[in-house]
Amino acid sequence: MNVHLNAADVSTRTRAIVAGCKHLEGPLLPILHEIQHEFGFVSQEAVPVIASELNLSRAEVHGVVTFYHDFRDHPAGRHVLKLCRAEACQSMGGEALAERAKKLLGIDWHQTTMDGAVTLEPVFCLGLCSCAPSAMLDGAVHGRVAASDLDDLIAEARQ
Amino acid sequence: MTVRIFIPRDAAALALGAENVAMAIAQEIAARGLDATIVRNGSRGMHWLEPLVEVETDGGRIAYGPVKKGDVASLFDAGFANGGEHPLCRGKTDEIPFLRQQTRLTFARCGVTDPLSLSDYRAHDGLRGLQNAIAMDPAAIVAQVTESGLRGRGGAGFPTGIKWKTVLEAAADRKYIVCNADEGDSGTFADRMIMEGDPFVLIEGMAIAGVATGATKGYVYTRSEYPHAIAVMEQAIEIARANGVLGPSVLGSKHAFDMEVRTGAGAYVCGEETALLNSLEGKRGLVRAKPPLPAHKGLFDCPTVINNVISLASVPIVMDKGAAFYRDFGVGRSRGTIPIQIAGNVKHGGLYEAAFGLSLGEIVDGIGGGTASGRPVKAVQVGGPLGAYFPRALFDTPFDYEAFAAKDGLIGHAGIVVFDDSVDMLHQARFAMEFCAVESCGKCTPCRIGSTRGVETADRIAQGIEPEKNRELLADLCNTMKYGSLCALGGFTPYPVLSAMNHFPEDFSPATVVQAAE
Repeated sequence: MNVHLNAADVSTRTRAIVAGCKHLEGPLLPILHEIQHEFGFVSQEAVPVIASELNLSRAEVHGVVTFYHDFRDHPAGRHVLKLCRAEACQSMGGEALAERAKKLLGIDWHQTTMDGAVTLEPVFCLGLCSCAPSAMLDGAVHGRVAASDLDDLIAEARQ
Repeated sequence: MTVRIFIPRDAAALALGAENVAMAIAQEIAARGLDATIVRNGSRGMHWLEPLVEVETDGGRIAYGPVKKGDVASLFDAGFANGGEHPLCRGKTDEIPFLRQQTRLTFARCGVTDPLSLSDYRAHDGLRGLQNAIAMDPAAIVAQVTESGLRGRGGAGFPTGIKWKTVLEAAADRKYIVCNADEGDSGTFADRMIMEGDPFVLIEGMAIAGVATGATKGYVYTRSEYPHAIAVMEQAIEIARANGVLGPSVLGSKHAFDMEVRTGAGAYVCGEETALLNSLEGKRGLVRAKPPLPAHKGLFDCPTVINNVISLASVPIVMDKGAAFYRDFGVGRSRGTIPIQIAGNVKHGGLYEAAFGLSLGEIVDGIGGGTASGRPVKAVQVGGPLGAYFPRALFDTPFDYEAFAAKDGLIGHAGIVVFDDSVDMLHQARFAMEFCAVESCGKCTPCRIGSTRGVETADRIAQGIEPEKNRELLADLCNTMKYGSLCALGGFTPYPVLSAMNHFPEDFSPATVVQAAE
């Protein structure tokens, strides 16, 4: 992921992504997903480009970007650790696990460690409610996460 | 003969190490020079046994679980490739009581077949429903679905056939089938399991809906939290298209139908059907006022069938075996089967498909085997974050839409989350409000502001600030949200809050009461 982007580069690559999705009905969400995949976040520079390509106002695009929890306005850490905060995971000690993660990483929800290694995010349900508590590290799922498993996941992410 | 070894690719199995187990098994097969092949199936739904590895023998499939990477060598040493005895051996899969006692209609193939093998799907009665449907008049298909008594499995319980009839009768040159796979409720994973374990049944159900209503395009709107389900669905759609199940001529008929998967972006409210439609259109997931109904003006203002995954995946068996076959299961106005998802602090968690009518107690204590922690069950939340908390005193409630409504609850998407006696119900009530505040789309005031005021009021009760007055205030706030909200998010958040307060009043009476609030 390249976080040192110049505006011209963002504009060119954003245009290419929009062109690839324009044939879809309701293309904005697929475009935003691709942009985030490409850049790691949806930058302020990308918004007016998308707006002009789709003939929308900047406000409309901004409204959509900020409505959805998934879209970031700045890059995440090298790894993203998501911990489930929903009821099934609560029933199996999810809250204590989250507190442990915050303490180990020295950050709160939505924050990134000083070394840029890990971003911690809450998630409301990974559909792994029968093997709670659950977590997702960079897209890989983990169930029945015990305190020691969490320590291992964090150590892995910090490397 | 080549031995077939089944290792699930379901996300729950993967979360418990199935990928490492599969790699270890592949290595052992190679190292020992065995004539064996690995099939990555869906999950059988016995999640406490995952990863559950099965070996096909002359006498049927033998189950081993939960298998860890480190167990693999000893399994082969014990002759597991021929169904050999081992401490992890669970006997014949089909005879494990949890599975044997189920009535698997919608989930008949899940965990049995290779999810991406269309020939496997056909060999297990797949596509027979669609085959029947293309030979029928659209109105006759709709009538058959209506007669089956199938109701929306997403939670609202609206008769599926009636919805279809409205779209069939709507005159338009473009109509849509939208599958609501935005399964955000905690305690639910049935949609995910079907998409990962038997995606063709959903494709078949959507194609039947298309043929029945004249819709030619379908969308599966699912969650970004479900990357495995998205990948399997997309591959399955490709395969279905390449084999003429989807495309300009469905199974060689005059009907055209194609579909694609769309991914949400972490907004729970998009599980609400009108917010979902807005999201599909590329807008913010704001709830729309009804009317107009989506059946009249849905996606891009076109007539749209919007159904839950399980509703659509239950249609093929209705069209294959007939309306009466399906309707004969169940009780009262809740016909057919329901895939119950048993989750949380429970010994035997997983998916249990049964006819409607089991009591909550049978499900939690009998099938679920009580808590995983071994402590007493204190409360059970049924129907996700918007569902009520049930105390043991209501465990005789039968699993049926009307019976749950009569007890001020809902079965929702049939997820059950079990809590042991360490749970603090005031804390859970506060969480329900907090969740609503985080996920509110902001369109209507009772939900947007009421949820935040609810959190504050719950906090004041916890702090012992005028508890009696604040309990009354919380109940009053719930009343406003219930009747004044635009959709189920604000409208149903009162269910967990009020049920917690009514059934567990002891948790709403703080030990220290602070006099004088200011």
